[in-house]
Amino acid sequence: MSDVRPRIAVVDYGAGNLVSIEQGLTASGAEVVVARDPAAFERADAIVVPGVGAAAPAMDRLRDAGFVEPIVGWIAADRPFLGVCLGLQLLFEASDEDGAQTFGVLPGRTRRLEDAPTLPHIGWNQVVRRRDHPLFGGIADGADFYFVHSYAGAPTDATDDVILAETEHGTRFVSAVARGNLLGVQFHPERSGDDGLRLLANFVSLVRAGGRAPAGVAS
Amino acid sequence: MLRRRVIPCLDVADGRVVKGTRFVDLVDEGDPPELAERYAREGADELVFLDITAAPERRGTLLDVVERTARRAFIPLTVGGGVRTVDEMRDVLRAGADKVSLNTAAVAEPELVTACARRFGSQAVVVAIDVLRDGPRWTVYVKGGREATPLDAVEWAQRAVELGAGELLVTSIDRDGTGLGFDTELLRAITDRVSVPVIASGGAAGPADFVAAVRDGGADAVLAASIFHRRIHSIASVKAAMADAGLPVRATTGAAA
Repeated sequence: MSDVRPRIAVVDYGAGNLVSIEQGLTASGAEVVVARDPAAFERADAIVVPGVGAAAPAMDRLRDAGFVEPIVGWIAADRPFLGVCLGLQLLFEASDEDGAQTFGVLPGRTRRLEDAPTLPHIGWNQVVRRRDHPLFGGIADGADFYFVHSYAGAPTDATDDVILAETEHGTRFVSAVARGNLLGVQFHPERSGDDGLRLLANFVSLVRAGGRAPAGVAS
Repeated sequence: MLRRRVIPCLDVADGRVVKGTRFVDLVDEGDPPELAERYAREGADELVFLDITAAPERRGTLLDVVERTARRAFIPLTVGGGVRTVDEMRDVLRAGADKVSLNTAAVAEPELVTACARRFGSQAVVVAIDVLRDGPRWTVYVKGGREATPLDAVEWAQRAVELGAGELLVTSIDRDGTGLGFDTELLRAITDRVSVPVIASGGAAGPADFVAAVRDGGADAVLAASIFHRRIHSIASVKAAMADAGLPVRATTGAAA
């Protein structure tokens, strides 16, 4: 492991708290650049799309700032990417919340959590892995992470190996995905205490390694 | 399974943590970021800051406290007190808060709840309801518990959710700072009628009160201030009591006991 601090662009599209994700990534060994336009991607090693809230206003602001095509292109080139909460939901084709057309880089839709005893789903809940991945290195299976959402991305094919972890709130939903260097989590690692910081540090390590998972680890 | 949350509340005035009884008689209890970090370490599931001065000219002090806290404590932070517009909510979120709690402004201008929910999502909008028992009914008070409204607490709770609130913070003024326990009847009346999470507040004396707020009151989360600030009970001991009662809680690894 080197001391190089990989440069991570955190996309700012006016959707609230960026301090936590910025501080979390910085504490995890990254050099964070807050990206207000896509020019900031040029010297970045990875992109993080954070965010909470509804898909349509988020897509409007991302489109207005010219972010959508560069982000989709980045993902198509399999460069390191982490979507957090809404940033994961946007990876799918569309959202049932407001009908917004989203990035469409993962097959499936963002759907409302069914049969949930309370909505929004707010609080700490267990993240149960479907398979191993270095993103969760050093973190116990079933560890608690912090969630704040009412919708979650639903891959078209539930047996899809894009699914990394699941969580239960009334029904089971997908709480983490991985496809190559494309990563997404429905919970907020930047608000999930020590395990959250460990996950961010794992992401930073993956970025530092050029986004390639160590040999022998499924990805 | 979703954990029941234990939430220390920091009443903040002029950048310091204070605590009163029945909303008055304020006593200085420390530096907000320092206390926040201590609670995060000890297993707090979330933090609430209530800016009880909330004077517009001191807004900068609050934003600074929020940002310093967000940089030290990696757990969720809700901030309430004096937010009256969508832009003010944006500023508080940008400073590092995850949720903003609306109280007096929501009563005065219910459409503010809707506007904030549209802009930032319901999950970021908490409506705080301060309640005083008035014979057979529960009356909503505003302006830090100083002014009665014509609103019934249970009806207002339902209306707030319709308007877009993603969570309710229900404080019993009668119980606040008294150590008489949470008003579980009030909590039950509200949790039976709304599907959003309800945070119980006002009256915690010991771990058994937290158990009652969840089991009898149906609360999703339980908030307390003085018993934690003064180290009368630790977060770990409260969670241990909840776990013993069969309630799902997040394991605390903090040193406190």
